[in-house]
Amino acid sequence: MTTHAVPDLLDSEVVSDLRAAVRDLLADRCPVGAVTACYDGDRSLVAPLWRAVGVDLGLAGLLVDEDRGGHGASLREAAAVAEELAAAVAPVPFVTSAVVATTVLAHAGTPEADRLLADLAGGQVTASLVVPWTTAPEGRVPAVGARVAVRSVAGALEAHVLLVPTGAGDALELRAVPVGDGVTVEPVVSLDMTRQLADVTVDAAALAAAPVVATDARDALRAGLRAGTAVLAAEQVGLARRCLVDTVAYLQQRRQFGRVLGGFQALKHRLADVYVEVESMGAAAAFAVGTLADVDDDLEQALVTAVAAAACSDTAVRVAEEMVQLHAGLAMTWEHPAHLLLKRAKSDQLALGSPERHRAVVARLADLDPPGTRLG
Amino acid sequence: MSAAAELRERVAAFLAEHDPATTERLDLLRARYDAGLAWVHFPPGRGGLGLPRALQPVVEEAFAAVGAPDNAPHRNGIGLGMAAPTIVAFGTPEQQDRFLRPLWTGEETWCQLFSEPGAGSDLAALGTRAVLDGDTWVVDGQKVWTSGAHTARFAILVARTDPDVPKHRGLTYFLCDMTDPGVEVRPLRQLTGEAEFNEVFLTGVRIPDAHRLGEVGEGWRVATATLDHERVAIGAGSPARESGMVGRVAETWRAHPEARTPGLHDRLVRHWVDAEVARAAGLRLQQKLARGQLGPEGAAMKLVFARLAQQLSGLEVELLGDDGLRYSDWTLVRPDRVDFTGRDAGYRYLRAKGNSIEGGTSEILRNIVAERVLGLPGEPRVDKDVPWKEIPR
Repeated sequence: MTTHAVPDLLDSEVVSDLRAAVRDLLADRCPVGAVTACYDGDRSLVAPLWRAVGVDLGLAGLLVDEDRGGHGASLREAAAVAEELAAAVAPVPFVTSAVVATTVLAHAGTPEADRLLADLAGGQVTASLVVPWTTAPEGRVPAVGARVAVRSVAGALEAHVLLVPTGAGDALELRAVPVGDGVTVEPVVSLDMTRQLADVTVDAAALAAAPVVATDARDALRAGLRAGTAVLAAEQVGLARRCLVDTVAYLQQRRQFGRVLGGFQALKHRLADVYVEVESMGAAAAFAVGTLADVDDDLEQALVTAVAAAACSDTAVRVAEEMVQLHAGLAMTWEHPAHLLLKRAKSDQLALGSPERHRAVVARLADLDPPGTRLG
Repeated sequence: MSAAAELRERVAAFLAEHDPATTERLDLLRARYDAGLAWVHFPPGRGGLGLPRALQPVVEEAFAAVGAPDNAPHRNGIGLGMAAPTIVAFGTPEQQDRFLRPLWTGEETWCQLFSEPGAGSDLAALGTRAVLDGDTWVVDGQKVWTSGAHTARFAILVARTDPDVPKHRGLTYFLCDMTDPGVEVRPLRQLTGEAEFNEVFLTGVRIPDAHRLGEVGEGWRVATATLDHERVAIGAGSPARESGMVGRVAETWRAHPEARTPGLHDRLVRHWVDAEVARAAGLRLQQKLARGQLGPEGAAMKLVFARLAQQLSGLEVELLGDDGLRYSDWTLVRPDRVDFTGRDAGYRYLRAKGNSIEGGTSEILRNIVAERVLGLPGEPRVDKDVPWKEIPR
């Protein structure tokens, strides 16, 4: 198996500064009460926060080339942003529009796609790839016919433009459908209302009228979903780190039996295990993100992305579940933010491919064949 | 010119003067030490150039590229990984002059006399006594789990110099000559059948005061620095994909299609992913070390390494079916190096049990992570302020 040069796994100064900027903005503009309100149907936080993140901080165009009005940043910067956004469970379409849709368009190679990228760069236009949010990068994109009906699409509610894959195989093409006549985006009551899903339909006329932004769109879709998967792993790191930090802080002040709970060895050891897992997943995500940024090798990219996704998906859930158990009764309340983290972590576990799907990719690429017909 | 390029030029200049093809191995190693190309992050005059540790691979690659002999680092892991950095940090100029060069060249190998039958995790409770007689310390006691004691020329030793003060305060750190007539080394046979470790009995061993490292009573502080190096040495590494235990198990899987079941496949792939994640974490730790951000993260890596090695080696025994029931050889042998991935699956399974015990048990490491990384309260220390001699034992 080829071993590539190890990508840089630590933050550059630019990335550290970017993190700090995002963190400051969220501390100011993303209060936990407003995030929780998303679950009661109050999404008034979403648009102004996305404007602040996407336009004011300019992060909508983070991955768009500079000559199209973006920042031309690498996936490392995008991963850092996703990590910070996740730590605040910020309900903004950064991953769906600024990473997945943007990367798809950047690989589409048509003038139509380039024009759309320039619109996305400024943050005035937001896009969403119309696939079920469980679609894995190395799998098959569900084909649609003349009329589109796709369940459980992420980022569609916030989108002005829907990127719709039609056809199949080398006839798979991608159309950019403006949200308007002939298009329905029906909100779904979602397990994670901070990344609320929608069921999308596009009628035949609207689809036929929409411009084709990619012909033979398979590679572009794979690139977009792969970048999204790696960035989602970073998002899961952000979630898990927040869970760990909050849980440690809580157990340092919560007293029972006349002692600080964090002094009980049974709990210390659990938190130590969580720390080790969070550090490990952080390295796995950084390895995937760094490889996608630096290493031009399709199989290597696919493998390290699947490794990060398999590891980070399960770990984020485990850490969020530990947060709930160690906060005990408090975590069962609507007021405490633990449930926001748990719901995002559990949804993220299925997003862009389940851990089992990713492990199957690992098995295939690492030459670890499953059992054949002869069983021992 | 970049620091790496300058260093490459320096190596090239050295090699121009000392052709590895015509120079005696030991002469070459000594000259390399004197040129500061042994460990570049060590100070000038001590085999180094005071450069960042990250530049060491530049030197290693340059020497390896011309086929120059190395200093057989696997034969002197304790010396290179633990004794040397401690001597550099705490040793007198005379001690550094005397010990570092032959240590690095491998002329003198080292072992570690820390653990005792009554002092394992609670190392600070150790009872080996050192009593000053004129300008010589007389040492009596028993040490255990000493790898390489039967070949080592010197040892790093911690002994109790004051039993009347609490345990952490009465310790002193020494450099012990293993050829002293009072040193007796006996093999300690372990569950694998072999004897990679030793018991060391110290009876009236005489150590000159000039071979004391650090102040009298400062032994705990010095030993702690050594142990941090040990955890880094054990925890870091494994650069290539499928190196180490996971590679052995993956090879076995590929070689035995008849043994495959869905349940074993699921476990294998999960462990393979875990191993790849651990590799990324180890590589990131190395990058942190290279930036000089040495923290207690080494403890975290060792926890992962131990668990993975045990899971993988256990899985491999199951994978092998009938062959998993066989064992290569129970004969008492004295291996000259530890090879966690050597011999057969049964050996690896048994040897891996030590991984969560040696160099700090996984339980102690979790305490370290919880207290030193996460800032949680320490364990109750009932013996903390009690004079050592009054602690029940």
